[in-house]
Amino acid sequence: MLIAMLGEAWRAMGANRLRSLLTMLGMVIGVGAVVLMMAVGQGAQYAVKQSISAMGSNLFIVSASLSTTSGGVRRAGAAKITVADAEAMMELPGVEVVGQSLHPAPVQVIHGQANWTASIVGAVPEYLDARSWDVVSGSRFTESDVKAATRVALIGQNVGRKLFGDEDPVGKVVRIKQQPFVVLGVLAPKGQSLDGRDQDDSIIVPLVTAQRKLFGQTGGGINMIMVKAESLEAMPSVEQEMRALLRQRHRIREGMENDFSIRDLTATANTAAETAKVMSMLLGSIASVSLLVGGIGIMNIMLVSVTERTREIGIRMALGAREGAILAQFLLEAIIMSVIGCVIGLLLGLVGAELFRRFGNTTVVVSGGSALVAFGVALSVGVFFGYYPARKAALLDPIEALRYQ
Amino acid sequence: MSVIRVSDVVKDYPIAGGYYRALQGVSLEIAQGEYVAIMGHSGSGKSTFMNLLGCLDRYTQGRYWLNSCEVGSLSRNELAQLRNRTLGFVFQGFNLLSRMNLADNIGLPLVYAGVSKAERRRRAQALLDRVGLGAYAESHPNQISGGQQQRVAIARALINQPRVLLADEPTGNLDSQTSEEILAIFRQLNADGITIVLVTHEADVAAHALRQVGFRDGRIVRDEPTAEAGRRSPPC
Repeated sequence: MLIAMLGEAWRAMGANRLRSLLTMLGMVIGVGAVVLMMAVGQGAQYAVKQSISAMGSNLFIVSASLSTTSGGVRRAGAAKITVADAEAMMELPGVEVVGQSLHPAPVQVIHGQANWTASIVGAVPEYLDARSWDVVSGSRFTESDVKAATRVALIGQNVGRKLFGDEDPVGKVVRIKQQPFVVLGVLAPKGQSLDGRDQDDSIIVPLVTAQRKLFGQTGGGINMIMVKAESLEAMPSVEQEMRALLRQRHRIREGMENDFSIRDLTATANTAAETAKVMSMLLGSIASVSLLVGGIGIMNIMLVSVTERTREIGIRMALGAREGAILAQFLLEAIIMSVIGCVIGLLLGLVGAELFRRFGNTTVVVSGGSALVAFGVALSVGVFFGYYPARKAALLDPIEALRYQ
Repeated sequence: MSVIRVSDVVKDYPIAGGYYRALQGVSLEIAQGEYVAIMGHSGSGKSTFMNLLGCLDRYTQGRYWLNSCEVGSLSRNELAQLRNRTLGFVFQGFNLLSRMNLADNIGLPLVYAGVSKAERRRRAQALLDRVGLGAYAESHPNQISGGQQQRVAIARALINQPRVLLADEPTGNLDSQTSEEILAIFRQLNADGITIVLVTHEADVAAHALRQVGFRDGRIVRDEPTAEAGRRSPPC
């Protein structure tokens, strides 16, 4: 019976090919849009998650404020945080690692004939711990390298590739600002940071080397202190203590503004993740609207089809078709249309996602789950929007249906 | 034993401001193996009566037993089953489904009886042979003549081996030559034992039956054997 009905539904659709195809097109567009939008949305979430885990967890970034108020006048760039501040923070309870670093403007790095513009980071070894940033080949520099201001460097993946190609960079010499640096190791790939910079374009050198030898800074000024708390729970208390400590060290009186800022990176990351999630949901719901429109298209055509075939329904009833048989016949037609539309839409959505990935430079994530969801939704759309017309057909009065011209 | 027994059946149609009484209390009994022609002008109530006999419509009052089963108390699905198993329909306009080939058209009632495809095909082919269209199983209704379509429709009506064949103006769309052929098939079927009820307004078509029932203004005004009946079973 089911096979016979499938064959009939197929023939009925074949009788009005263009109409069936156009109806399916609604489903194709709907499902394609849902699949594509879900891929893009999940891709965005994935990218955010990647940059969060690349950054390290339970992190604070302490930096000097961009402006301070002194005697009623706002002055830019006057405030400073120092190595001494960082060392003092080490003593606070709940603090696991403190890594101070200096981030001057990007400079040119040369090896042989090759050159590349890289961001130099002057840092202490703990900086790597705070960022959970591993060295994949070679080794890290140590505290004594920082104290002695030796000319050693850890280079990012991109820098290594651009300067050395297939060569092993460890032990080779690069020139930064005319000074030779020995490459100690190569850093693990990190990808983009939350602010969109490619972290694999970094070169990390000992903090004091950067301060004294590369950028001629004295007085121990640094840009940034990375503080890693022991746990997520410890973060609020650590933040309070750091604030109190810095206010005291910087001699900021009651009621005055801070000359530093403390950013909770976990909170920032969560906000970014939340944003990506909302965007993903927004995209999905916009796409769902087109799926809904596709479903209404199916319902519309099925209603037309039932009216057109009223006489046929009457004949079938006279020959002994029960309500269920008529219902199933029309429902099956709606389901077949939505399922075929869904399969085509699924394929087009996947192709679209691949095109996005290749030419749009976007992270897209196609999960079997989202495809399955789209398929299930399309099936339910077929049943939902096919049911009313099918029921209308099944409840026709046989004699009126037979008389219908 | 009567296969059809109708007792005081009334049918009202709602119209603006009241109702129109199409059947005003009709009683009729038809025995197994009879060949009855129901006659009357349009508006006489004969088509309404035929629809009631075919379990396609419901009556307002009275009682109707088909095969000893009271039709008035049955649900829609039970009526569908009764039509499927007990009745065969032949319509004026043939009512074949144009998308299907002739074999599938004939086998359609069996789909609703849950018969397998191979069996449907086998029985449809046997009936096509019987109505002389054995070579047309794969043809579609629009590829054959009206007379041939009506023969296919008769084959479809017979496929469930019904007790009663109901024919509503079966020759109304056919020329007189073809009409004769169709009526010859009916006569043969009746001779094989099938009860036939035929609605017509043409006297010469009704003359083929063995009993004539005349309708006028929703009442039976005439119920008598035909001359044909006299020829077939001469008084001793």
